[in-house]
Amino acid sequence: MAIIETKNLTYTYPAAAKPSILDVSIKVEKGEFVLITGPSGCGKTTLCRCFNGLIPHFYQGDLKGEITVAGEDVLKRHTYEMARHVGLVFQNPENQLFALSVEKDVAFGLENFGVPREEIRKEVDWALNQTGIYDLRERSPHEISGGQQQRVAIAAVLAMEPEIIVLDEPTSFLDPLSAQKIFDVIYDLNRKQGITVILVEHRLDLTAKYTNHLVVMDEGKVRFEGNPREILSTEETRLMGVGIPKATLLYLMLKRDGFGVGGNTPLSSEELADQLLEAFGAK
Amino acid sequence: MIEAKDVHFCYANKVEALKGVSLTVKDGEFLAIMGQNGAGKSTFVKHFNGLLKPSSGTVLVDGVETTKTSVAALARNVGFVFQNPDHQLFSETVEDEIAFGLKNFGFQPDAVEKRVTWALELLSLSQYRKTSPFLLSGGERKRVALASVLAWDPKMLILDEPTIGQDHEQKEKLNQFILQLQEQGKTVVIVTHDVEFVAECNPRVVLMKEGKIIAEGVGKEILTNPQALAESSIVLPQIAQVFTKLSSLGFPKNVIDIYEAEKIILNAKESKQLP
Repeated sequence: MAIIETKNLTYTYPAAAKPSILDVSIKVEKGEFVLITGPSGCGKTTLCRCFNGLIPHFYQGDLKGEITVAGEDVLKRHTYEMARHVGLVFQNPENQLFALSVEKDVAFGLENFGVPREEIRKEVDWALNQTGIYDLRERSPHEISGGQQQRVAIAAVLAMEPEIIVLDEPTSFLDPLSAQKIFDVIYDLNRKQGITVILVEHRLDLTAKYTNHLVVMDEGKVRFEGNPREILSTEETRLMGVGIPKATLLYLMLKRDGFGVGGNTPLSSEELADQLLEAFGAK
Repeated sequence: MIEAKDVHFCYANKVEALKGVSLTVKDGEFLAIMGQNGAGKSTFVKHFNGLLKPSSGTVLVDGVETTKTSVAALARNVGFVFQNPDHQLFSETVEDEIAFGLKNFGFQPDAVEKRVTWALELLSLSQYRKTSPFLLSGGERKRVALASVLAWDPKMLILDEPTIGQDHEQKEKLNQFILQLQEQGKTVVIVTHDVEFVAECNPRVVLMKEGKIIAEGVGKEILTNPQALAESSIVLPQIAQVFTKLSSLGFPKNVIDIYEAEKIILNAKESKQLP
């Protein structure tokens, strides 16, 4: 059974003239690494807010259609109930950090669930280490940089070990190497523990290689959904303004101009380099 | 022109964010400052419009020391767009937000109207003219912040992480737009982590680490220098990554442009001999 399923989901913010998402029907299987992309303002963030019930319970507005997450009907469950299943990392970390220290922020969710103190200690230390902010644990979340705040927000969600992690451009303030390390941690949790990941990103150069399920949205609708290698190969996707990874684009340009490199459409520079080495007879 | 000479800066908590930075930004130059989180990039550029004053050393903007003038006076010539748009937006409509600076600088109502319309069109925001900035998406709010500064047409523009939350199309527009500004002789300084964006627009690049400049030069040179990039927590652009691996076959390592990359590979294929 799908871990997330939406049927004709349409949502309009209070007082908005038109829906922000329109007729969205998607199905996510347990353990998938889903990447959602599309032009800014296309409804990606709005869709994420539906997964844990912030829409409609917090944002109000008008929600039509069906949404089931981890076997629960989101419309009938409170956000705090959904929080047991879904961890959401917001686009702007300032919107979710509030405690007096980094450590307290990361521990907050576990304390709310009544987890024993010893276990909280263990989980919090683990999450702080995974995100590389153990040394910041006693600092105030409001005195640290934007990139560090993003790590705190991610640590707070990792500590809860939810079944589903939803991340809305979680590393936009981080330098590329730090971003890559965070994505590697999340990918590892996805592979080893089967945690379902939903990642919203524009920067496919950094993230396409992790996904096995790509969703491309535009103007509130799902335009393409499925195998990333197929979707990123089409002219329509490129013309929509999706930032195709440069390695993928170079492969497609070579193919168009008569050099079929062979193999599948690459999603990373490593894949393309290996394919080229083979084409030139070096492997 | 901006001239920073041996700039040191300490925050109130005694953290020394800048440890002797010297840099000259010439009129009409396009410069990208890159480096890891906490390297001091944002702290450094905040000195360019006097938001921060050096603890020691000097910053001259068009020959005037920033400690001897006001932020308001500097702002007319040096426009600054913050990393997080929520730190600068406050008006009830997008239109008011963009008009605010113009009114403060004493533009006449019809000039305000014209410039607001111009800035809205330039950044594809016309449809949101009467909307509250806080109802817009993160990427759109970022463009409102940019529009509000561009509207008063400053001579120098400092953009802190301008590509965050922007989709591919908006990034291309930003690239085009920076080129236009260049043609008008404006100075543009961007602070960014976005290697692919920098690879595409190819400005002069300065790498910072722990409050110091560790490398500077043309984009193609800096962005294909793995040691310097690794020190700054920046990864190579994808095309450079591919060519680094291909260098075992004799391909050049210093390639960042996708069209140049294609040409080199097709040539090697056609001539049936490796470069």
